[in-house]
Amino acid sequence: MTARPDIAVVGAGPAGMAAAVAAAEAGAHVMVFDEQPGPGGQIYRAIETPGPAGDAVLGADYAAGRGLSRAFRDSGAEYLPGATVWQVSPDREVGVSVDGRARIIKAGAVIVAGGALERPFPIPGWTLPGVMTAGAAQIALKASGLAAADAVFAGTGPLLYLIVDQYLKAGVPVRAVLETTPWSAYLGALPRLPGALLRAGKLRQGLGYIRAIRDAGVPVIRGVSGLAVAGDGRAERVAYTHGGHRHEIAAEHVFVHQGVVPNVNLTRSIGCRHDWDPAQACWRVATDAWGATDVAGIFAAGDGAHVGGAEAARLGGQLAALGALCTIGRIDAAVRNNRGAPIQHALAWELRPRPFLDALYRPAAADRVPAGDDVVVCRCEEVTAGEVRATAALGCLGPNQLKSFCRAGMGPCQGRLCALTVTELLAEATGRPPDAVGDFRRRPPVKPLRLAELAALEPDDTDGGDAGP
Amino acid sequence: MTAGADAIVVGGGLHGCSAALHLAMRGARVLVLEKDTVARHASGVNAGGVRRLGRDLAEIPLADAAARVWHAIGDLVDDDCGFQPSGQVKIGETEAEMAEMAARVERIRALGFAHEVLIGADELRERLPAVAGHCRGAIVVDGDGHANPFRTTQAFHRKARALGVRFLEGTAVRDLARAGGAWTVDSAAGHSQAPVLVNCAGAWGAAMAAKLGEPVPLSAEAFMLMVTQPMAPFVGPVVGAWGRALSFKQLGNGAVLIGGGHRGLADPDANRAGVDVAGLAASARTAAAIFPVMRHAAVVRAWAGIEGETPDKIPVIGESATAEGAFHAFGFSGHGFQLGPIVGRVVADLVTDGATDLPIEAFRIDRFAN
Repeated sequence: MTARPDIAVVGAGPAGMAAAVAAAEAGAHVMVFDEQPGPGGQIYRAIETPGPAGDAVLGADYAAGRGLSRAFRDSGAEYLPGATVWQVSPDREVGVSVDGRARIIKAGAVIVAGGALERPFPIPGWTLPGVMTAGAAQIALKASGLAAADAVFAGTGPLLYLIVDQYLKAGVPVRAVLETTPWSAYLGALPRLPGALLRAGKLRQGLGYIRAIRDAGVPVIRGVSGLAVAGDGRAERVAYTHGGHRHEIAAEHVFVHQGVVPNVNLTRSIGCRHDWDPAQACWRVATDAWGATDVAGIFAAGDGAHVGGAEAARLGGQLAALGALCTIGRIDAAVRNNRGAPIQHALAWELRPRPFLDALYRPAAADRVPAGDDVVVCRCEEVTAGEVRATAALGCLGPNQLKSFCRAGMGPCQGRLCALTVTELLAEATGRPPDAVGDFRRRPPVKPLRLAELAALEPDDTDGGDAGP
Repeated sequence: MTAGADAIVVGGGLHGCSAALHLAMRGARVLVLEKDTVARHASGVNAGGVRRLGRDLAEIPLADAAARVWHAIGDLVDDDCGFQPSGQVKIGETEAEMAEMAARVERIRALGFAHEVLIGADELRERLPAVAGHCRGAIVVDGDGHANPFRTTQAFHRKARALGVRFLEGTAVRDLARAGGAWTVDSAAGHSQAPVLVNCAGAWGAAMAAKLGEPVPLSAEAFMLMVTQPMAPFVGPVVGAWGRALSFKQLGNGAVLIGGGHRGLADPDANRAGVDVAGLAASARTAAAIFPVMRHAAVVRAWAGIEGETPDKIPVIGESATAEGAFHAFGFSGHGFQLGPIVGRVVADLVTDGATDLPIEAFRIDRFAN
């Protein structure tokens, strides 16, 4: 492994692959660190080695990733699969573990393309065995063709229907789809429809999934609220409110999903500025048009920076590559602007339906901030919504004080699964906007690191020679 | 202007809260000005060592008096502060170190202190079955241990408030002036007045002292800590090493906390403390060398807290040498946590009686004057 690349890319989904291709084409030495065993990220998971599920099940959008992964393999970018990045320092030192060995690699610029994660869905019983995210259910299908029969899918967002469709195409029966999109969201989204209609193809695709699911005889119940999973030691039934009445369905597998949000752990730990995005109700790293954060030489691209889907991520990755190439002096600003203009144009076009989709699939407030005090918010430390509210009543104003008071966010996930809930809970409890409440500080290592690996880091591995501008 | 006070304490860390509490216990009306939030910096994120072991000779009388307070800490602040008197152990790894350690124990015994006890390899293995085979022995102090630093500082804060102390958080001091026997402190909260001013501003304490015309060569340091995923219980006491920087303890939930003095990057102006991987790696090597089982531990978080360190690594405690009615307690150099409960009492002694029965001559601020 050669140290000191011009550009280090974290992640090999559409944004990371596209960034690497664009940077390598310009002659830069690129190293790509990918936690997965092969390129593709989440959306194109196992794209080079599709499991039993195959393209027929996973769809044309999935197959489209193969062209990008081939271009990536041919690009000359140095690719390190199975590489866990546990730190990026503000001066562009990447701490990474590969095959049980930790290294520190200094890069001229770093493009963080770590992707999104599923928004937490804190409902009663969400920690019971048998409940998992729809995304996790999709990973099982993509990677190994494993799928649980007769599951109930619950939640909102375009991905939910896509995954149900993939299950049905794989021949796995689905018991029901409980859609939690609030009726008010349809009204809120309506004014944004004209912009989205310019990209009617995308919308038709979504409607197609819904029709296919209904045609397969799966009940789709819309306008559901008050989801709760119950059972003796594991999921046995799902309860929900619909049409003013409580209902219950027996289910041993409940797959929940209410959209994806940027995973900000790494950009937060670097110290980049983040802003609250009210449309998507999440934090996002602040960047310029080239993906540059406010920390010199640190770029962010893809759904980890702003959720816009695979094509937007691919274009964003190309823009970040141009920005990084310019920062390290490989190209000048005129070349960057010249090459970037058509990409920016395409990105704007790609993002046309976003305001509509954001408004439609913004989860109901009651599904983001649990009404009940006994719902677990922080799974690592088993802290409930009631405990967070009680701590706020004691005068705790922000997430970082909350950690010290009740350990919420102190587990190994460093708040990945509770930070948004905590921010919105504290905002509600203290009557302040999320921006004022703030977020957990994230600390390196952002992924658990074996002490033996840390101990084996010799001074040579941490040499700080400057390959940067 | 804020309402009248007998004393203004600058700094809402453990020492500020303790000074405010002890002053309030004697009937004083106290105002605490904290630029961030109570326990925001070193007081809230330190290793929580309650340690007499290995103290600078000048600190031993204070630490000894503090130990007695710690063992009845609930009587003072109505909370046990998470104090676990699990003992402290400082390990010797070579015969040469063991000889130095024996001399140390003899030396403080001659001063009249018997808390440090030298043990050999067999007893060390009895106390710490997981210790590495090369370790030769240790100094141990039974009755030392560790406490939860944030909870401790909040307990002092809460008790002080219950006794009427007012805390203004997010209130940085801008300027100081003394006229007519009273201090006027200009802060974000306006002008506050009191005859007595107490500087407990930690890493920012030298800036306060400079305003009083007595500069202190204090450096801001970011002492680093890291914590692992929970492990099966394998060590009770807090463990250090004679020859290298280490402070090592297993918490109630099984997580192991590793610190010991390696420094990160302190930026006191920006309120930021970053970690330095090379220092963490050194800590990891020491931890794995002394407890081989630690090789399998997974580090989940590392952080640093900003603390003020003096050139001689002992604090500034006492009356101002230049200004009337001003007192200092800062610059604890990374080991002030255990002293918190007693130094607050010393400050209250100085303010109300003009003297204290504990020896504090070594901590005079004017020791840096020449």
